[in-house]
Amino acid sequence: MSEMQDYNSSLGDAAQSRKYETFSYLPALSAESTRAQIQYIVDKGWNPSIEHTEPEHAISNYWYMWKLPLFGETDVDAILAELEACHKAHPENHVRLLGLDNFAQCAGTSMVIYRGKSV
Amino acid sequence: MGKGYDAGVKEYRETYWMPNYTPKDTDILACFKVTPQDGVPREEVAAAVAAESSTGTWTTVWTDLLTDLDYYKGRAYAIEDVPGDDTCFYAFIAYPIDLFEEGSVVNVLTSLVGNVFGFKALRALRLEDIRFPLAYVMTCNGPPQGIQQERDILNKYGRPLLGCTIKPKLGLSAKNYGRACYEGLRGGLDFTKDDENVNSQPFMRWRARFDFVQEAIVKAEAETGERKGHYLNVTAPTFDEMMKRAEYAKEIGTPIIMHDYLTGGLTANTGLAQWCQDNGMLLHIHRAMHAVLDRNPHHGIHFRVLTKVLRLSGGDHLHSGTVVGKLEGDRDATLGWIDIMRDSYIKEDRSRGIFFDQDWGAMPGVMPVASGGIHVWHMPALVNIFGDDSCLQFGGGTLGHPWGNAAGAAANRVAVEACVEARNQGRELEKEGKDILTSAATNSPELKIAMETWKEIKFEFDTVDKIDVAHK
Repeated sequence: MSEMQDYNSSLGDAAQSRKYETFSYLPALSAESTRAQIQYIVDKGWNPSIEHTEPEHAISNYWYMWKLPLFGETDVDAILAELEACHKAHPENHVRLLGLDNFAQCAGTSMVIYRGKSV
Repeated sequence: MGKGYDAGVKEYRETYWMPNYTPKDTDILACFKVTPQDGVPREEVAAAVAAESSTGTWTTVWTDLLTDLDYYKGRAYAIEDVPGDDTCFYAFIAYPIDLFEEGSVVNVLTSLVGNVFGFKALRALRLEDIRFPLAYVMTCNGPPQGIQQERDILNKYGRPLLGCTIKPKLGLSAKNYGRACYEGLRGGLDFTKDDENVNSQPFMRWRARFDFVQEAIVKAEAETGERKGHYLNVTAPTFDEMMKRAEYAKEIGTPIIMHDYLTGGLTANTGLAQWCQDNGMLLHIHRAMHAVLDRNPHHGIHFRVLTKVLRLSGGDHLHSGTVVGKLEGDRDATLGWIDIMRDSYIKEDRSRGIFFDQDWGAMPGVMPVASGGIHVWHMPALVNIFGDDSCLQFGGGTLGHPWGNAAGAAANRVAVEACVEARNQGRELEKEGKDILTSAATNSPELKIAMETWKEIKFEFDTVDKIDVAHK
């Protein structure tokens, strides 16, 4: 058995310690997995929606909405292009993709696609 | 003596056996598994169950004639063989909705599982299922927040929630207990949990526990940037004491409290659930004592009934069994009562033990909690069986990690996220589970060690209470 390791997390080290929910304990999604996750949202019939925030305000319920939710959009490339446009406009921010389920009136999923640097 | 009244003992079936009755949409329907004494005809036994669980008693009484008995009586309207078991049969009984007080599962159960269970003409009796008509559902308050609102309150989307029951069950001081919670939460859990028998013992009074645990939540939230909770158990000897603890939990800003709905009682539970809804609190429900009621295949109350009762009485989480862990639970039956917790309309499906269509209307769902003897190697199966709207609760599977609670929590969090990522990519979790976890462990030393620690543990005893299927 390997030697015991310290769990490296602290208030002082934000970049190491701050998380942002689903998939934030994994390495950043690969391009291939990102496409698959978007396809999953489309296949579920959910409406893609893009939001971003300064990392220091990530705890808020309301991140900034990028334009309006992409109602009815099923083209993975079109959704990827909007994510990239949001990231280019706000390169320091977290950018997340949600799948809005209008029947449950709740996000079916939410994941940060571009990770800003937590401070 | 009048013409219309004839004192004495009549056969129940003259009044309560109505094979031509068509149940109304507003009737409460029940399916009992009846094991009669030898030599008593099925129709007579079924009618006796209908009578004894509704208006009747053993002899005719003159006051029957003051009522509209034909309206108020329970009616046995069908009997069926139990597949694979000749000692018993199913009796279906319809009760007019007016027999029951609105919004009171207490009243419904007092009738349906009251005196009749001690009735001498029966060797055993089991309440298999109840159909609550929508008209009755609408009179109940239901879950305080429901699954969607819980997700919005806690900002958790697209994955199962992760919890951990703090061990040892009993004996920790409040400060040490808070430490165990803090370590789990900072490692990536959404919740930690009081064990069911943690109430307010001399080694750890409730008030000190609440204070220390709340500090653990606040610090872990600041550290991780994620929202956290701990099910503070407010189960108490009296209703007033329970509410005192609930009020204090609210005062210190904790998001979720906990109650044991069977040992604590349904009156207490329904009152507490209403209070939680009025006060923006989530309510986690434990089910101590359920196996006393639901494990014997011939006698008692099936868990799917206890599930429906809890959804009506109110709770946001309910322990459901794990299918794969250390505690009893048939897979198909478990899938059945998970649907009963979460869905708005459940079709009759005998293969999962569901005897009636059940319409919940707009009543929110209850999140099933899988807890008991599970660890990272179970994660692919758990994500596959339970889906996102569930809480996976690892006790020993978090705290038993060789590097401690934070590492154990991180291992579980990495594992659940890896499984969700893979599922969304279209991979088959139960088939490819080992590859998925092994690959995720290359970036997580905590997961790697967890996988080495628990590799060989399995719980493969046969289930005692199975779905009834023909064996001939």
